[in-house]
Amino acid sequence: MSILLNEEARILVQGITGREGLYHSQRMHAYAKNVVAGTSPGHGGEWVLGDKVPVFDTVQDAKDSTQADTSVIFVPAFAAADAILESIQAEMRLIVCISEGIPIKDMLKIRTLLEQSETRLIGPNSPGILSPGKAKAGIIPDSIAIPGRVGVVSRSGTLTYEVVQALKSAGVGVSTCVGIGGDPIVGTSFVECLDMFESDPHTDQIILIGEIGGNEEELAAEFIMNQVTKPVYAYIAGRTAPENRRMGHAGAIIEGSTGSARSKVETLLRAGVQLFSYPEEIAEIIRI
Amino acid sequence: MKLHEYQAKQFFAREGIPVPKSGLANTPNEARQVASEIGYPVVLKAQVLSGGRGKAGGIRLVKNDSEIDSASNLILNSEIHGIPVQRLLVEKAVIFSQEFYLGIVNNRSLAKPVLILSSSGGVEIEVVARTKPEKIEKAAINPLLGLQNFTVRSLASRLGVDYVLWKPLQQISAALWKLFDHLDASLIEINPLVVTPERSLVALDGKMTIDDNALYRQKEFLELADQAVETPTEQEARKFSLNYVQLDGNIGCMVNGAGLAMATMDCIQQAGSEPANFLDIGGGATADKVAAALSIILKDPKVTAVLINIFGGITRCDEVAKGLAATLPGLQRELPIVVRLAGTNAEEGKKILQQYPRLLQADTLMSAAEIAVRESRQVRV
Repeated sequence: MSILLNEEARILVQGITGREGLYHSQRMHAYAKNVVAGTSPGHGGEWVLGDKVPVFDTVQDAKDSTQADTSVIFVPAFAAADAILESIQAEMRLIVCISEGIPIKDMLKIRTLLEQSETRLIGPNSPGILSPGKAKAGIIPDSIAIPGRVGVVSRSGTLTYEVVQALKSAGVGVSTCVGIGGDPIVGTSFVECLDMFESDPHTDQIILIGEIGGNEEELAAEFIMNQVTKPVYAYIAGRTAPENRRMGHAGAIIEGSTGSARSKVETLLRAGVQLFSYPEEIAEIIRI
Repeated sequence: MKLHEYQAKQFFAREGIPVPKSGLANTPNEARQVASEIGYPVVLKAQVLSGGRGKAGGIRLVKNDSEIDSASNLILNSEIHGIPVQRLLVEKAVIFSQEFYLGIVNNRSLAKPVLILSSSGGVEIEVVARTKPEKIEKAAINPLLGLQNFTVRSLASRLGVDYVLWKPLQQISAALWKLFDHLDASLIEINPLVVTPERSLVALDGKMTIDDNALYRQKEFLELADQAVETPTEQEARKFSLNYVQLDGNIGCMVNGAGLAMATMDCIQQAGSEPANFLDIGGGATADKVAAALSIILKDPKVTAVLINIFGGITRCDEVAKGLAATLPGLQRELPIVVRLAGTNAEEGKKILQQYPRLLQADTLMSAAEIAVRESRQVRV
């Protein structure tokens, strides 16, 4: 098993005719043959991926015709909030937003809407989800992971790839790898992912990859202390980051006393989490 | 993006929030002119994007013409927390009996904007939160509904604010919300919001931060943008859409992805040195971008070695390798450059780089950091 995404997912790509959308649709489809539809306004009626996958003008049309249940969003920042709202309106089961740069105001409205919706949002500014051997929704390179029983949850993209590839090189496989996104306001939190991994009978251990900014890691530590029985390993990026400067990710900023790497590391240690100090070190400390 | 006090107050005035009469001055002469128009006493306030201006000597009360030259000279020739003062706000002094704090700020964990009122204004709200938490009341705002009057009343009531002030507080809060919402602010605050002897409210100081992600649709701020916090190199990096932050160390680094860039910086420290910068070239970086990134890193004279760490996902390692190869002949400085390629097309990339013996290659991130630190020690600056 896995969390969030398995072999039954029917993927719809929003922005499928764009350069990135098309490229990653090909990669996802090559991995799991489960891209069933795409949308691109004005391109309804066209076919892509070797004329096998239909393109629609709207998400609702695509869902009605193909029973797609998972949206993966590759549209420019200015159109991304609208794309998320369109998929919420169409009652997709899962939305994975790869696009980054959505204004915070739009994300606050989306989060408020999601409170009354059955839809789950991953991201924005997420590399997506990979359940090795089953499916992928997003841009995580599938070659870096093998199927297994370790769950990975992260706020980053390439940093996660480092960790997952280090696991592979040590022969350790992954149940699901989730990138929750590097923005200050995202659809799904560390805590929610930890909760899913804790309940997943096919995940034995969990790796959390955090970074400076906000207090997601501190909330995760509290949850781990009280609710998680499986072993948790963690890495926190940004020990050398200065205060009050945004480190690439909109959410990666130390503001006053909030968000420093030290605070996160100490809180996680107190919760019984085993910390690793550089990405590749996970291969040396994980016990299988 | 942070706005100056005078910019925030222009927005306040536009929405009907009472602010004192004021004018901007770049010289003591201009300051005297503004003062004679608005009448003494006036307060001179340094316009720098930094807190604690009062304590740093950036705010002075001036009672007459004879004092204004020396006072404005003093401030204009000073630095506040390292930022040279270039502009003064000359503002009519206001007599007041009480100070409030009123603000709206996005709360990350609640994922809601929050209205904050404090009856202990005039000091930083973080300090009040630590020392007199009972003087602060907060309420989340539903972003789909906007700020409601009852929310303001409930905060005022809990803090025991005099009833005659409730209506002006509601009006000012509504104006703040309108600005917050329309301008894509992530923070907007009036501190202090003072009560005059006539029992009216006046905004004596203002702060606004605009969400950088929304600047594409808030074009008026692009002109207002004050790049005081950015170094010239940081400004140049921005032209190439590179995320670059200058730091104090000597190992320059170039990485794809923000999290991995921070991890690479941390590895440099763990290997015994300090990073000279944060630089994320982003996803899908092309050869051009890589070349620009390398030239920006080398502009920093502190840099004695460069570490390039690319984990190809969207980014293709062979593209990065081509970009590097194209840049090498034109490089002004003969510094050690360590390259670590992994992920998409890493093998192709490594092959390209093998033709350039001055590029040192590493297989893992940690070993790349160790090599960069070791090699940097051979370099004389």
